Amino acid sequence: MKLIILNDYDQASEWAAKYIRNRILLFQPGPEKYFTLGLPTGSTPLGCYKKLIEYCKNGELSFKYVKTFNMDEYVGLPRDHPESFHSFMWNNFFKHIDIVPENTHILDGNAADLVKECNAFEEKISAAGGIELFVGGIGPDGHIAFNEPGSSLVSRTRVKTLAKDTILANAQYFNGDWSKVPKMALTVGVGTVMDAKEVMILITGAHKAFALYKAIEEGVNHMWTVSAFQQHPQTVFVCDEDATLELRVKTVKYFKDLMLVHNKLVEPLT
Amino acid sequence: IQRVFFVSNKSVSDAPITQFVNCRILRDHKLQREDLWVREGRILDPEKLFFDEQGYADEQVDCEGQILAPGFIDVQINGGFGVDFSQDSQDVAAGVSFVAKNILEHGVTSFCPTLVTSPCSVYHKVLPQVKVHNGGRHGAGVLGFHLEGPFISEEKKGAHLHKYIRSFKSDPVLKLKEVYGSLDNVAVVTLAPELNGSQLVVRELCGRGITVSLGHSVANLSQAEDAVKCGASFITHLFNAMLPFHHRDPGIVGLLTSDQIPAGRTVYYGMIADGVHTNPAALRIAHRAHPAGLVLVTDAIAAMGLPPGRHTLGQQVIEIQGLHAYVAGTKTLSGSIATMDMCVRHFKQASGCSVEEALEAASLHPAQLLGIEHRKGNLNYGSDADFTLLDDHLNVSATYISGEQVWRKER
Repeated sequence: MKLIILNDYDQASEWAAKYIRNRILLFQPGPEKYFTLGLPTGSTPLGCYKKLIEYCKNGELSFKYVKTFNMDEYVGLPRDHPESFHSFMWNNFFKHIDIVPENTHILDGNAADLVKECNAFEEKISAAGGIELFVGGIGPDGHIAFNEPGSSLVSRTRVKTLAKDTILANAQYFNGDWSKVPKMALTVGVGTVMDAKEVMILITGAHKAFALYKAIEEGVNHMWTVSAFQQHPQTVFVCDEDATLELRVKTVKYFKDLMLVHNKLVEPLT
Repeated sequence: IQRVFFVSNKSVSDAPITQFVNCRILRDHKLQREDLWVREGRILDPEKLFFDEQGYADEQVDCEGQILAPGFIDVQINGGFGVDFSQDSQDVAAGVSFVAKNILEHGVTSFCPTLVTSPCSVYHKVLPQVKVHNGGRHGAGVLGFHLEGPFISEEKKGAHLHKYIRSFKSDPVLKLKEVYGSLDNVAVVTLAPELNGSQLVVRELCGRGITVSLGHSVANLSQAEDAVKCGASFITHLFNAMLPFHHRDPGIVGLLTSDQIPAGRTVYYGMIADGVHTNPAALRIAHRAHPAGLVLVTDAIAAMGLPPGRHTLGQQVIEIQGLHAYVAGTKTLSGSIATMDMCVRHFKQASGCSVEEALEAASLHPAQLLGIEHRKGNLNYGSDADFTLLDDHLNVSATYISGEQVWRKER
């Protein structure tokens, strides 16, 4: 893995956005060759989305030949509810960029047959040729997407019941009333994300520090599902200082020394 | 204003979609940096368009950072540009059209042509000639007539003619039909609630969906409150042509803070904010007492829109000096000539209110008054795309009706 450590949230967001930008530009997407991007929701990627919007608006980056696949969506929440992940993606990303609507894919939490919806999603990913770069976050309980502790590390897209920890963490978006948070969600599986050519995990804030420690310094364990990516050949973890608080000094020093090399990955392409 | 064209998408409706970008729109009572999407003359929900129809804009219009506000609605305007709607001799429909076209420049997208106290023959002839209709390139939309009179108080007739003032007599509802003829194209009626039989009339008119306004009256607060309980919801040009506020009987003015207004209802009041007809201090008192009810009106006369100097209008010679229109050779005011956008600017400056409040007083509030806020007076999804582009000083630079540009300032 590459562990990228920046000073603060803003710098981490910018690094991640530049990395994504460079990946798309180097791929040289076109009408016969779409760049497939997996995307997360939540507060962590907001800064990164803002930067990507900036690059799109100033003409550096176009999403015309990019296809997106979101990780998850709540079950039973009306699609136009302000807290649905559809609303999140529209307000924080899609409405500001030049992406074509039929190239975006988000699981439908109101589908009549949820299992069918999940299977269809997997098929759409295959039909698009698989995911080039899957961007994700990490929960305080170490989960990726809604793959709660105990989720199979080879799981696929499916319906999941949310853990108490997750519901409490999301209550902030429902006026602090955790009884209003949906109890089930559709989510890509750990296996689904592992299938991507490259995975980038954004982790910022001290409250995620313990989960990061469990994910990269302990063993692969289904209780901390992000740990599965230790077995992926191309993983990038982008964090701020606070997220490294539970790591060993040795780990942090090693990767900080590598920043000179890693920063080349985000230099502007000529 | 630049336009950028994309390859047309196959949307559910083949109608073209226009996206107004780089603007600050008035929505949810705040100016926000959002794009405005329009299809088939209505404001479109872009999120639904994106996810349901996988649609996107066919055309983008760059608003150059300007304010995008709902079109102004003038519920009291007697004429303009030399046209007087109450003049029997004129071809009313042509006169209304002429004014409708020329007020687009002031940001007005809908209005109520107003008739002052007139003989029955005028009502019978004029009312059927101008139907309620939407605006467009031809001019602002007509929401229905405002009949200011003839059932008003002799003592507070103002500029209205004594000989045409009437009372209800024994069968008020019948008298109504007798005097006005058909009420099909009527949106507002101003009357004096102290007249005998007025309560029956108020109920009859409200039952037909017509807004009843109190004005040209010597009613006390109690009589005014009774009229409101029967359904009256507006006050015609507050302070003018009514008893002045008195601390033991506030009269009609007291409706602004009355506790007798039925729950869930609002009493609106028209203000001519031209700096001439109402002292700014009085404007501020009313605004601070009841900000949600303030409706800006021009109450404009035929001289509005004419250049400074002398003009012969009907039987009168009027002299225009700045924002004042005098009976020629005197210092007697002959009526208002301020345009709606001038009223909005003056209101903002005199009251110190926010830009949003000033704009809403000329758009949202009149729409709420007339019960049409489901399609006019705001930029909600589904509302008619009637709006203006304004600079930061609230000068109108372009007017749109049903999403189409109907007026633009010369560069």
